[in-house]
Amino acid sequence: MNAQASADDLILQVEHLSMKFGGLVAIGDLSFQARRGEITALIGPNGAGKTTVFNCITGFYKPTEGMITLNKRDGSTYLLERLPNHEIPARANVARTFQNIRLFSGMTLLENLLVAQHNKLMKASGYTFLGLFGFPSYRQASAESIDLARHWLEKADLVDRADDPAGDLPYGAQRRLEIARAMCTGPELLCLDEPAAGLNPRESAALNELLMDIKNSTSILLIEHDMSVVMQISDHVVVLEYGRKISDGNPQSVRTDPRVIAAYLGVDDEEVETVLTEVGDEDVIEQLDTGPDAAHGPGNSASMMAGPVSDTVEHADEGERVTVSKGASKAAQVDARSASVAGKPAPVAKKAAKVSTAKAAPKKTAAKAAAAKADSASKGKQAAAKPAAGKRGGRK
Amino acid sequence: MAVTVSPERDVVATPVQRAFREALYAGAIALGLFVLFIGLRTDQNISNELILVRRWGLLALVVVLTAVGRFLYVAYAQPFAASLKVADVATGLLPESMATRFFRLPYFIAAIVIAFALLVLAGSLDGLLGPDLAGYARFLRALAIIYAVASVMFYFRSFIHAHFSALGVSALALYPVIVVLTLALYTGSVAGGFQGSLKWVDNFGIQILIYVMLAWGLNIVIGLAGLLDLGYVAFYAVGAYAYALLGTHFGLSFWILLPAAGCMAAFWGVMLGFPVLRLRGDYLAIVTLAFGEIIRLVLINWREVTNGSARISGIPKVSFFGLMSFNVSDPNYIAKVLNIATSSAYYKIFLYYLILGLCLLTAFVTIRLRRLPVGRAWEALREDEIACRSLGINTTTTKLTAFATGAMFGGFAGSFFAARQGFVSPESFVFLESAIVLAIVVLGGMGSLAGIAVAALVMIGGTEALRELDFLKRVFGPDFTPELYRMLLFGMAMVIVMLWKPRGFVGSREPTAFLKERKTVSGSFTKEGHG
Amino acid sequence: MQYFVQQLINGLTLGSIYGLIAIGYTMVYGIIGMINFAHGDIFMVGAFTALIVFLILGALFYSVPVVVALLIMMIVGMLLTSLYNWTIEKVAYRPLRGSFRLAPLITAIGMSIALSNFVQVTQGPRNKPIPPLVSQVYTIDGISVSLKQIIIVLVTAVLLAIFWYLVNRTALGRAQRACEQDRKMAALLGVDVDRTISITFIMGAALAAVAGTLFLMYYGVVVFSDGFVPGVKAFTAAVLGGIGSLPGAVLGGLLIGFIESMWSAYFSIDYKDVAAFSILAIVLIFLPSGILGRPEVEKV
Ligand SMILES: Nc1ncnc2c1ncn2[C@@H]1O[C@H](COP(=O)(O)OP(=O)(O)OP(=O)(O)O)[C@@H](O)[C@H]1O
Ligand SMILES: [Mg+2]
Repeated sequence: MNAQASADDLILQVEHLSMKFGGLVAIGDLSFQARRGEITALIGPNGAGKTTVFNCITGFYKPTEGMITLNKRDGSTYLLERLPNHEIPARANVARTFQNIRLFSGMTLLENLLVAQHNKLMKASGYTFLGLFGFPSYRQASAESIDLARHWLEKADLVDRADDPAGDLPYGAQRRLEIARAMCTGPELLCLDEPAAGLNPRESAALNELLMDIKNSTSILLIEHDMSVVMQISDHVVVLEYGRKISDGNPQSVRTDPRVIAAYLGVDDEEVETVLTEVGDEDVIEQLDTGPDAAHGPGNSASMMAGPVSDTVEHADEGERVTVSKGASKAAQVDARSASVAGKPAPVAKKAAKVSTAKAAPKKTAAKAAAAKADSASKGKQAAAKPAAGKRGGRK
Repeated sequence: MAVTVSPERDVVATPVQRAFREALYAGAIALGLFVLFIGLRTDQNISNELILVRRWGLLALVVVLTAVGRFLYVAYAQPFAASLKVADVATGLLPESMATRFFRLPYFIAAIVIAFALLVLAGSLDGLLGPDLAGYARFLRALAIIYAVASVMFYFRSFIHAHFSALGVSALALYPVIVVLTLALYTGSVAGGFQGSLKWVDNFGIQILIYVMLAWGLNIVIGLAGLLDLGYVAFYAVGAYAYALLGTHFGLSFWILLPAAGCMAAFWGVMLGFPVLRLRGDYLAIVTLAFGEIIRLVLINWREVTNGSARISGIPKVSFFGLMSFNVSDPNYIAKVLNIATSSAYYKIFLYYLILGLCLLTAFVTIRLRRLPVGRAWEALREDEIACRSLGINTTTTKLTAFATGAMFGGFAGSFFAARQGFVSPESFVFLESAIVLAIVVLGGMGSLAGIAVAALVMIGGTEALRELDFLKRVFGPDFTPELYRMLLFGMAMVIVMLWKPRGFVGSREPTAFLKERKTVSGSFTKEGHG
Repeated sequence: MQYFVQQLINGLTLGSIYGLIAIGYTMVYGIIGMINFAHGDIFMVGAFTALIVFLILGALFYSVPVVVALLIMMIVGMLLTSLYNWTIEKVAYRPLRGSFRLAPLITAIGMSIALSNFVQVTQGPRNKPIPPLVSQVYTIDGISVSLKQIIIVLVTAVLLAIFWYLVNRTALGRAQRACEQDRKMAALLGVDVDRTISITFIMGAALAAVAGTLFLMYYGVVVFSDGFVPGVKAFTAAVLGGIGSLPGAVLGGLLIGFIESMWSAYFSIDYKDVAAFSILAIVLIFLPSGILGRPEVEKV
């Protein structure tokens, strides 16, 4: 995209990022950029590798390849893939939330927000020693930290529950608290992993407002399945499918991109097969028959009888899984199809028409449908969303 | 073998029928369990061969008691406990609780009268009743006093609850004074008061406070940071040997060595911390356990330095901040300086206040730390390590500081222990000690200082009290040593308390900061850590 | 070389016993995720049962063939020890299942203290020596192998085979593996979870009882506190091999056995336990989930 955008306009540059788990390519050669003061949305079907991108950015995973550059407002630059996990929030000021909420559930809301200000307070307390003897400088800092916490509690509309344990909050409030907590670290880039998942429409609207508010001071990288949220608030959308970028641009251009539509809605099976046979991609057909998406199997339970179980379940760490991205990718099929349309005009005349309708007709409806589909998927949260992924990954 | 019965039958069976059936099962199981171990006893005859002694009578007794106990439990105790939870339909009130039925004014008056009468008669009990009954009478007196104290506590329970720390600290501060005064009144002489106080101050007071201190130290590691440490006794050992070795070889004073021992233990805490940083749960547990065993084995086998199992003795006594000493031969012996009668009780009472001071220091530091970023980070680490990292907390140093701080208090307690005993030997630092301290932390309620103190009082005080039941010898014969049953009962008490209160006496957590009002956090929200 | 092979054989013997005990730890850990701290004492109870049965046999019959005696000791030991473990599970662990993780650990430690002290109180605190049961020693090429060692290794091998069959080829084993993966789901699918867990405890105890009998036969003496050291070693073995993994437990047991016998032979007998524990720590630094344990994937 905007190659002419000056470097200080960009807060985050991801270049040629790949992440492999054994044989599974969770992210393959992904490059994108996020601009300062914008909301950049990262979307894609389940298992596309969105969370993995976040984990690479925030240092939970070390990427196999690639470079992640963060430019801070003060002009300093950090290569995130080189920083240790905890220094990314501390020094590069990148904060994040988690797809499955991770709060300190036995601590009160206020305490949660105070923990987020750890590094600042640690300095103020003279690495504990001054604080232990009750120096006034720490007391001052402590009062300020409580003020900051109160500020974010008010923004997140949680101030009435400040002294309740975080585990006691309803789901939507927990999501807001997690955002408030991330904001208390004073981030320049905030990474939100499905913040609207499981929220009701009212809560979702409130969340939009909160994000728009945050956007004034902090750039946001957002993973979201709820297309209404994405379309409403994001300035820039990056679409992933099977670890690859299939589209990148403003919300309008992305919603009409046939590859995106195909990735979300799917093309029907026969069509794929015919196209593939026409293209002669045996390899791809074979790969369509790979086993179920093991990510959703009982992957990580510590197993007692290591031997016998492992022959029924494939494990990512054993490196025997094949990447499914090539053949299963809907976007790739769309590409393949248009290629075949171009290459063999005669037999595909009929098909060409079909494709053109597929391209043209959905223009009005597709975005709506995609939104609806993604919506229903994210409503039922993961559980409901999985079958979709399963269908896509493991066609028999 | 299953004891549980099918639900249909349960519906028809009355509690008594069910109890009868369960009692039979329990009896059968008890028979199986005990037939070899109680029914027979392996003994050595004169030619040192093992022979079996039959004890079928005892076996029968135990089996019948088990069955009867089970019967009573299922038939009466269970329905009773259930009924306590059901409110009366008419009044909407819960029935009287066990406690209100147990603590009643007439009983209280009766207890006071009995205690008073027996106290007045104290000197002449043996003469009046003979030694046998006098033993019982003293036991009865102890029970009456305990009951009276418990009733008073029950009556003022809300007051006590509200001012627990203040009351607790003042009670602890006054304890030796009260003991000495009471005994002085009882024996009629001040010297007698001091002499008699030895047992109460040393065996009960100091002993319990040492465990309180250890448990509070371990609480930092387990209760706050959620790191399961089964080798805590190693730091206790490091502290004890640091004082013992440096004190005997270089003659350094306790007041210099106390911080030194603490630092040394903290250093070992970090040494242990490094390899276990990446370990979680049970892996962490076994490595810490192994660490404790390694330290103990080195103490046993490195004879040139530690003197092995032969112990290091002659450890210097603590001085009164260098001003007065507690060695009779010294010119500044406390009795000479203050011009009072010689007694070994002064040292014990001084040690009591010393360990009390150390305990209060531990508590103070713990409470302060919890409100500082490190303390919060520890608790956050216990709740969710990944979230901690996402907030920029360096979990490595956070874990290491938890290990070091906990170890430091262990080291303090260790050097105090060495000073108190006057000798150290590896036998004092076995895994059992770690287990006891861990049990106290968990039984008290992880993270709660008050709960832990109460647990130490109950568990250590309770088992120490068993030593006092000498009159039982008259019942079970002279071979009977109640002390032997001490650890058996201790183990069973651990199980029973845990079953009764899985989260410990105090399951809730005090928040470290508040915006509007301080509300305790219910135990069901707090996590226990993975590491 | 001969010396080395000799030590290897000693290590194998020792390792077999550790392995048998370690399986009990690892199975219980696998199925309910707790450290059954009392397992070492269960082993001690097994050894004591064998001792008492041996004495009964001696008192009842003039002479019994050694094989028969050993067999009876093992079988009675397995039965009674299983009863102990079953009861303990029912009384002390089951009510706490699914609650706070440390609670069952504490009851297990409590049970361990109670068990060893129970035996101390009822059987006395002294060492209990028995006359040697088997004393043949074969010497080949200067390497001496005692019949005791052969018996130990053989019995262990046979038991492991049976055990492997049970876990991998029967409905019971399937139920166990199901409970281990997801207890709730297994219950929903009709696996009797309580029963499966009980059986796991029984199986662990039975193996521990055999280990106890072999231990008694090998060393000829047992005392109430004997549960602790072998228990901790076996636990170490289970963790070293990767707790939760059955082959790991056996492998870990053998490793610990080898380390101990080699260290005593070549360095110092005093520090053999220190060596075993240090190696555990070192291995875990590099393989945080043991040798055969599955690394815990930290999914964020
Ligand atoms: N630690 C890991 N080990 C092995 N495989 C992993 C790991 N983390 C992620 N994966 C795999 O990488 C792929 C991408 O997963 P990821 O969680 O990033 O998807 P996602 O786009 O966030 O999906 P969703 O919408 O369901 O959250 C999946 O196939 C997943 O199984
Ligand atoms: Mg995700």
